[in-house]
Amino acid sequence: MDVNTKRRILGGVRLTLTHLVIIVIGLVMLYPVIWMIVSSFKPNNMIFSDTSLIPKALTLDNYVTGWKGYANVSFGQFFINSILLCVFAVVGNVFSCTLAAYAFGRLKFSLKWLWFAVMMLSVMLPAHVTTIPRYLLFNAFGWTSSKDVIVNYLPIVAPKFLAVDAFFVFLLVQFIRGLPKDLDEAATIDGCSRTGIFFRIVLPLTTPAIVTTALFTFIWTWDDFFNQLLYLSSPNTFTVSMGLRSFVDNSASSNWGGVLAMSTLAMIPSFILFFSLQKYFVRGIATTGIKG
Amino acid sequence: MKSFLKKNSVPYLFLLPWLIGFFVMTLYPMAMSLYMSMTNYNITRPNSTQFIGLGNYIQMFTSDPKFMKSLQVTFLYVFVSVPLKLIFALLIAVLMNQKLRFVGVYRAIYYIPTLLGGSVSIAVLWRKLFSKDGVINMLLGSLPGINASDLPGWIANPKYAIWTLVILTVWQFGSSMIIFLAGLKQIPQDYYEAASIDGASKVRQFFKITVPSLTPVILFNLIMQMISAFQAFTQAYIISGGKGGPVDSTLFYSLYLYNKGFYLSDMGYASAMAWVLLLIIAVLTLIIFRSSGSWVSYGTGE
Repeated sequence: MDVNTKRRILGGVRLTLTHLVIIVIGLVMLYPVIWMIVSSFKPNNMIFSDTSLIPKALTLDNYVTGWKGYANVSFGQFFINSILLCVFAVVGNVFSCTLAAYAFGRLKFSLKWLWFAVMMLSVMLPAHVTTIPRYLLFNAFGWTSSKDVIVNYLPIVAPKFLAVDAFFVFLLVQFIRGLPKDLDEAATIDGCSRTGIFFRIVLPLTTPAIVTTALFTFIWTWDDFFNQLLYLSSPNTFTVSMGLRSFVDNSASSNWGGVLAMSTLAMIPSFILFFSLQKYFVRGIATTGIKG
Repeated sequence: MKSFLKKNSVPYLFLLPWLIGFFVMTLYPMAMSLYMSMTNYNITRPNSTQFIGLGNYIQMFTSDPKFMKSLQVTFLYVFVSVPLKLIFALLIAVLMNQKLRFVGVYRAIYYIPTLLGGSVSIAVLWRKLFSKDGVINMLLGSLPGINASDLPGWIANPKYAIWTLVILTVWQFGSSMIIFLAGLKQIPQDYYEAASIDGASKVRQFFKITVPSLTPVILFNLIMQMISAFQAFTQAYIISGGKGGPVDSTLFYSLYLYNKGFYLSDMGYASAMAWVLLLIIAVLTLIIFRSSGSWVSYGTGE
């Protein structure tokens, strides 16, 4: 056997080993999630006596009992509520953050340096220092105790329409700064206004960053618990996160199958978005170092 | 004047939502919260509010053992989970940074825990996995020499509960891993080729080339992960049923703040806690930045 063949074989062995190591670690990491999905189809009495990923008996009972929800509000309602909340949040963030990012990324104006510095600082600001006065403010507006779904969501949604998630402003500014300037300049010479440049040139080119913003806003709002715990006041405005939590606290001993089934359903939107729009995730994380 | 308006009116129109947000949702609440932190404001009896100066701050550090406990728990959690998470992220990123087939699939799979980890679903799952009769104990019990009934209920035991949260956090190393992968792509291949010719082993190359080249990325990840770890809330809330138990062993700072402010309605005190947290994070970030001069290298070519 000559040196080259030997090296090729060694290289092949190393490569196979690398694949093997990655797959084994990956399986260990995913075991809890897979176990959860599989267990949600097992009869309730078998869930905690069985670690295997191949169920001995299959049933949809957990989904039926779980779907009944909490306090006479079904999980279907929680899902509708969550989707509603997320859609509002996405629209708000995309609207306000894109506008601000265009100003910061492309336009010249007085005191820009000051506002930009302030915006960047607010990215790092722990939410805690604004939480309590904001709560009191929304409470005074009557938003925190409202039984009306839309009104009750305002404390979470209104800040999004005001670009309070400065992180996304930063993400979009980074992206807009990277766009070639020649197009703007040509448009300016042709008599296009700054507003026209925004709608006709910058906005269409910024689509990938806007998709990233929309994606992360959706998933983070879907998974968010703190704000929903703080502001959502009655079961008819509860989201999936709140529904699950109430469900766990109230039926912990009896219906774990239902809890696991609803938890599994709750993960589906994130899964779908992630696998269909993966490249926007990776790009968003890699270029800005998204937290989370 | 006219040209000033001409220059500024359009940009400020674009900036308007953000500006309103900044003043109404950030600056005003910050000022309010700083003021409230020096009062004994309680939402259930707002009329008996008094200005007490630094009273809340003094009370925290002199006569609130629960506060000290929450500090201790949070520091332990941050200082253990963040470095472990970054080490895992870096090792896996290096493993994947080869000309492998299916790298995209692997990356996606390793990102799944990060995608789902912050949700209530996963917290619920964790609570069940690590309970006395949970799957982890069944798996451990099936190993030779271990009897499942001798194993503790990890969530219910004050000695171990915090570690289930550490594991949950480290498990979500996906986004740090993706950032490291992007950083690894920037390291010129000739460094490694030159090192191989000089006979440097893979391990030596890792410590002499990979780690030094990645130090700016490590710095970035370290700061971002530290800031978010200090604010951890959901998982501890769900796993401990909202109370930070058993025996305050998972009483994260945010959880205690929440319970003080919204469960006990003691909002003055909770505001003071928020400012102490801000100060802790700011000081630690500053220390890391200051120290970075001695361990972060920004290359020589630039």
